Amino acid sequence: MPNTKHLEDLTIQVRRDILRMVHKVNSGHPGGSLGCTEFLVSLYNEIMVRKEGFDMDGIGEDLFFLSNGHISPVFYSVISRAGYFPVEELNTFRLLNSRLQGHPTTHEGLPGVRIASGSLGQGMSVALGAAQAKKLNRDNHLVYTLHGDGELQEGQNWEAIMYAAGKKVDNIICTIDLNGQQIDGATDEVLPMGSIKAKFEAFGWVVIDIEEGNNIEAILKGMAKAKSNTGKGKPVCVLLKTMMGNGVDFMMHTHAWHGKAPNDEQLAKGLAQNPETLGDY
Amino acid sequence: MKTYTYTEKKDTRSGFGAGLAELGRTNPNVVALCADLVGSLKMEKFIEENPERFFQIGIAEANMMGIAAGLTIGGKIPFTGTFANFSTGRVYDQIRQSIAYSDKNVKICASHAGLTLGEDGATHQILEDIGLMKMLPGMTVINTCDYNQTKAATIAIADYHGPVYLRFGRPVVPIFTPEDQKFEIGKAVMLTEGTDVTIVATGHLVWEALEASKVLFEKGISAEVINIHTIKPLDEEAILKSVAKTGCIVTAEEHNYLGGLGESVARVLALNNPTPQEFVATNDTFGESGIPSQLMDKYGLNSAAIVEKSLSVIKRK
Repeated sequence: MPNTKHLEDLTIQVRRDILRMVHKVNSGHPGGSLGCTEFLVSLYNEIMVRKEGFDMDGIGEDLFFLSNGHISPVFYSVISRAGYFPVEELNTFRLLNSRLQGHPTTHEGLPGVRIASGSLGQGMSVALGAAQAKKLNRDNHLVYTLHGDGELQEGQNWEAIMYAAGKKVDNIICTIDLNGQQIDGATDEVLPMGSIKAKFEAFGWVVIDIEEGNNIEAILKGMAKAKSNTGKGKPVCVLLKTMMGNGVDFMMHTHAWHGKAPNDEQLAKGLAQNPETLGDY
Repeated sequence: MKTYTYTEKKDTRSGFGAGLAELGRTNPNVVALCADLVGSLKMEKFIEENPERFFQIGIAEANMMGIAAGLTIGGKIPFTGTFANFSTGRVYDQIRQSIAYSDKNVKICASHAGLTLGEDGATHQILEDIGLMKMLPGMTVINTCDYNQTKAATIAIADYHGPVYLRFGRPVVPIFTPEDQKFEIGKAVMLTEGTDVTIVATGHLVWEALEASKVLFEKGISAEVINIHTIKPLDEEAILKSVAKTGCIVTAEEHNYLGGLGESVARVLALNNPTPQEFVATNDTFGESGIPSQLMDKYGLNSAAIVEKSLSVIKRK
């Protein structure tokens, strides 16, 4: 197991970025962003094979697609700190003329982004296309995705889930952020989905559970297991159990911070709980 | 007056199939996707010759559009194939977000457009697709008129980088454009020159416009017929040049008058040279079951309607 100190430090710094970004423009989605911080930090800095620089085709490297585009704060922070664009640009999040739109897009040419997302349920199909392009190109790298659990209520996902297994797309690892929350409340109340694990398995996927989705060591271990299951004729799903708002105590155990920004006082409190590690932007 | 004849009729969708097959031989990046309508889209030859570059998606058009968007990442040029209805209205948001807004190089190829799908009725006929697609920023919209032009357009759009909506149809129609034509996106084709009325037509209505011009000629009226295969970007110069000469215009399309070619032409005229215009198009209605030619007659999408609208628009000069 690698030394995770750097990943822990980066996680704390990304949390600060998220809080400051949404606070500045008084909009955005901190809850789900904070819940997926450990995962995206680990993915970009330990798990994925990435080339220097950015080109759209991404031949010869692993690719990542964010399907639940509303957690753009964590995505922007992680990819800027992974070197795709200057960290200072996080200052422009959601402002006029920014490349950091409310939901990620390729339209403004932001390096690190390969598809627009935000209208939910479309990312898996796109990722499947990219995975099949990799096969045609004899490119032995993987495609990773992240989806919200509420997002699975969109029917297009199930077209994609059926297709991936039926067509043996085995160079893809789709991670579902199981935080159990969506805008109107708990997923179990808004639209009970039953066992997501049983559903993916019934559709023919290999399913890996990461019970502690906010624990970096657990994420690295689970993702290594997921990776070892690729190339065997089946798509791989990771069920990542996370806590919305993780790392900021008053944002945890509630869905209230799904799409709400902290005020000045709340920002100070959240930042105090996450002291600067690698330097603010 | 220049007249057009034909020796053979073929469906425009077969032109698409032939163009796609040729691309399969000449461009290794071209891939094809279909949502369970391989035979209807005439994709068999491409599939037979390039099985590894064909993706049968099943009856899941939303997934197909997303997969097509993803295939561009890695340098592929995806051609999706299904009916026009399921290529547009059913998957509008997938096209909007994953293809158009994401600037993906996907070619959305749509057969069975308009009323001439025929007996299946209004659930499968679409008369709104040109409008839906032309409203998307960055989308190119092409509606071809015969087999040769559809084949040429299919080949041409592979060399153009950006999302394209290519619309064609089911019934056999006269082949009257040259086999060796060079297809230029956004460039109108002058078919017959005239001085009394401009007729701009797209798709299956182009042949009807030529037929109408013969009738008008016999009545002593000189019609200028222009084939507008590309609705977006529209060849504004060709339209303005023609109406400067004729002083009136009829637009003809197998589409609702709302959102179609006619509205695009009206905007160009309103901004540059307000000119009397009449519309040959469906009148804000759904279609119904019937033999294609019966439907075209009932909904006023034929040479007789073009003649009638030409006579009325000339009076408004």
